[in-house]
Amino acid sequence: MATEYVRRFSRTERTLHWVHASAFFVLLGSGLVLYVPKLSELVGRRPFMKDVHVYTALAWLAAIVLVVAVGDRRGLARTLRELDRFDEDDRVWLRRRWTRPQGRFNAGQKLNAALTAAFAVLFAVSGGLLWLGERDTRFRFASTVLLHDGLMYVSLVLLVGHLYLALIYPATRHALRGMTLGTVRRDWAEEHHAKWQP
Amino acid sequence: MDAGRDTRGDERTYGRRAFLGVTLVGLSSLFWGKSAWNAFSGVASGVSSALPPGLIPSGWRIYTVADTMPTFHPATWRLRIDGLVERPRTLTYEELRSLPRAEQISNFHCVTGWSVDHVHWGGVRFRDLLASAGGAKPNARVLTFVSAEKPYVDSLTLRQAELHDVMLAYEMDGKPLPREHGAPVRVVIPDMYGYKNVKWVERIVVGDTASPGYWEQRGYDVDAWVGRSNGY
Repeated sequence: MATEYVRRFSRTERTLHWVHASAFFVLLGSGLVLYVPKLSELVGRRPFMKDVHVYTALAWLAAIVLVVAVGDRRGLARTLRELDRFDEDDRVWLRRRWTRPQGRFNAGQKLNAALTAAFAVLFAVSGGLLWLGERDTRFRFASTVLLHDGLMYVSLVLLVGHLYLALIYPATRHALRGMTLGTVRRDWAEEHHAKWQP
Repeated sequence: MDAGRDTRGDERTYGRRAFLGVTLVGLSSLFWGKSAWNAFSGVASGVSSALPPGLIPSGWRIYTVADTMPTFHPATWRLRIDGLVERPRTLTYEELRSLPRAEQISNFHCVTGWSVDHVHWGGVRFRDLLASAGGAKPNARVLTFVSAEKPYVDSLTLRQAELHDVMLAYEMDGKPLPREHGAPVRVVIPDMYGYKNVKWVERIVVGDTASPGYWEQRGYDVDAWVGRSNGY
């Protein structure tokens, strides 16, 4: 019998994910060169690395706006609503009862989405303040660097967990197919996302 | 499948609450982050000293303005001291190291908000350095530090340079000054932000007026007192 696939992520959702992911890696790489003394010495070219970092950040924000503007906004609004709402099963699931049936997103994925969105805002605001602060003292706060760095550390931890679940952990790594090709196996969906009706 | 059960009645909007909560805590940390971090790192310093070195970042960030850091060659390196001094001269690294040696432990503050506490510096006081060039002339007011990292330059008044904890440092934490910290010599003035602590100094011009330094041409204060300048 041929394997049956169901659609999990729309093209708009996947584009948003990969815009965010690729920008994150470029920003992380250039940011570490600016931040880790030994890397700074090795790579040098700080003014250029700063430009890479700042322009990637601008391109990242612009690309997100663009994808939302030309993409399937109605679908995104529906997704946002799904991510926002935690029902009784979700709340029990969060207490590590991972047998509770889940929708298209499990409760952990919903939380990850909320954190990722909040971090995006905080990265953008703190990064913008660092840029402005170099030009105008009114935008200079002693804690901006601390916030930007702290977000980086927490993001790294989240990223490692995310990559582990998406690439390595056998039970969940099939989800990667949903984020690349858009579809997942029906039997996998029924096992991991029982309440989702594709 | 549980699809038949209607659970919409007890849905809670945790998603937006998590988003807003984290965003607000993050934004508010702009106002309390540094003091909280200082309190925390006081407690954590015992823990971090027990961990292998390098695991916890030292706190230093390396700021440069040119594409590559200057490279120090002990045999060919020279420090030029000229302008309003009695006997302008050029020192070799050996000659500089043979001048009266001073040591200090001081804190380092960057204008962007990070600090490194208890840095152990070794070097020479400016009074002794200028004495090696016959001393400053009576009308001398300002020392201008020219970095080998072009076009970085900054200055201190003679009075500031002769404060008790100001030096031209050639050692840091017991070792020759590392390349990324300005090898072989940098200015250390703990009471002023890092951009006055010029790295890779290759020439000191003694003059009667200051011209704005690299960051001062970009809007930063000439007198960069920690906590009392640059909008703090």
